[in-house]
Amino acid sequence: MRRVLEVKGLLRAFGGLKAVDAVDLDVAEGSIAALIGPNGAGKTTCFAAIAGFVRADAGRVVFAGQDVSGWPPHRIAAAGMVRTFQITQPFGRLSVLENIMVGSYLRTGDRRAATAAAEQVAVQVGMGAMLATPASDLTVAGRKRLELARALATRPLLLLLDEVMAGLNPTEIGEIVDVVRDIRASGVTILLIEHVMQAVMSLAERVHVLNQGRIIARGTPREIAGDARVVEAYLGHGAAARLGGGGADA
Amino acid sequence: MSRVGLLALGALAVACVLPHLLGSNYAVNVVTMILFTAFLGQSWNIAGGFAGQTSFGHVVFFGTGAYASTILHVSHGWSPWAGWIVAIGAGALVGLVIGVLSFRAGLRGSYFALITLAFAEVFRIVANSVEFTRGGLGLLIRADPRPENFQFRNPIWFYYLALALVLASLAIAFWLTRSRFGAQLAAIRENEDAARALGIDVLRAKTVCMTISGAMAGAGGTFYAQKYLYVDPSIAYGVEKSVEMLLVSMIGGAGTVFGPLVGAAMLMGLGEITRASSNTQGLSLIVYGVILIVIVAYLPDGVIGLFRRRSGERGAPRA
Repeated sequence: MRRVLEVKGLLRAFGGLKAVDAVDLDVAEGSIAALIGPNGAGKTTCFAAIAGFVRADAGRVVFAGQDVSGWPPHRIAAAGMVRTFQITQPFGRLSVLENIMVGSYLRTGDRRAATAAAEQVAVQVGMGAMLATPASDLTVAGRKRLELARALATRPLLLLLDEVMAGLNPTEIGEIVDVVRDIRASGVTILLIEHVMQAVMSLAERVHVLNQGRIIARGTPREIAGDARVVEAYLGHGAAARLGGGGADA
Repeated sequence: MSRVGLLALGALAVACVLPHLLGSNYAVNVVTMILFTAFLGQSWNIAGGFAGQTSFGHVVFFGTGAYASTILHVSHGWSPWAGWIVAIGAGALVGLVIGVLSFRAGLRGSYFALITLAFAEVFRIVANSVEFTRGGLGLLIRADPRPENFQFRNPIWFYYLALALVLASLAIAFWLTRSRFGAQLAAIRENEDAARALGIDVLRAKTVCMTISGAMAGAGGTFYAQKYLYVDPSIAYGVEKSVEMLLVSMIGGAGTVFGPLVGAAMLMGLGEITRASSNTQGLSLIVYGVILIVIVAYLPDGVIGLFRRRSGERGAPRA
């Protein structure tokens, strides 16, 4: 299977702390992959370094066959890799439609085409009825959807979704899971950071586990759930043993 | 034709016959200066309102334009009309250079505002001390009221020129509300990181914006010099003009098409009234200050924002 994203030896240190420590990562075209790990594991920094928002100290990022290491974020976005933000960054004084149009303007300079594309994306993420709402009036769930919609409107090859489900209630999570599935079905590859395990388990085909800046495990959701190192990373040293060796069906 | 279109056409018709209805040259001059201030305000508004790059030293472009055409005219015998083109280019160039320098250095918000103020002050000090500007003495343009000299016996011509400038600036502002570039500037104003994530070359967009804005203010400089036939460092680079430019935009509504025009009419109108009703020196400046405080405290979206909120068209509070 073709790899749309290949990260090799990505390193980023803040002072003495290696936030991202020699991370290798790959995402197969058309798949949904997840990057998980406990708080402070370096997931968001890893995303930022991949998408060009943070300069990596070492390592290579190859996207769609092109080495994009060191590229500025806007060039990476134009090449087709677009990230969302964990802390939503709406254009507060613009309407939902105007927000999404900023995304669709990446592919067309024509106002009418950009509007039509934005409206279509709004419907796709379930915001079709809120086009005129100012982004600053949206609920948390609305803002998360808007992040997704804006990114999607740029017609990416690869979406990097940083915790689009954090802070949502179970119903809202269910809706977003459907939206993400739908996006993948339309041909977009997805790499997501997520704490909501229910979502990771049901969406991701391949999971990478990051702890203290290092990838400690990778595999299918089922393999990961049964991995003693992963259980320990989340629950502390010795937890796997105390839980009885960690069941494969944990 | 839409109602808005008819309204605009009606307003234009009124604007065209207005000077003939005013009777006195004094009144024509006041209205001319309202239009001219609206034009300069729009130059500030393109950068400060639409793109959110608040400048405290926008006069630097105005002054450079004023000096460019005046030096060429007075010292080198150029026609002021040809000098006008150079002035626009000079304003654009200064906008480009200041934009590249400060945006490359990552200056945002109040840091950007301060660096623009510093640039304006440096230009003022330089203009005060170098030979080709004749320092503090200033440059006097010889009065010779002929159209080819960009001087008119009848002030009505300056009125029409100012009107043309305002119309051009309104067209640019309107284009920004409808175009990709305008959407990019709005995105940058609201959130630079998010703009970057969506593929916008933030550095380039902001620099282009400063270049356009600088070109406009540069054009204003020549107009002003030709109207008053005199340029000196404090006229060309004085901080009062910078304040006036940002004030009219903020009073009317920063980031709106008609904000600077509304703001200029209000501010200049009030200025005339306070001057006429009192002999106290500087009273109008106090009035300006009070207005600014009230606007910042109660009307962050300016007078136009007030009407929008009333009509419920867009109740977006400032985030």
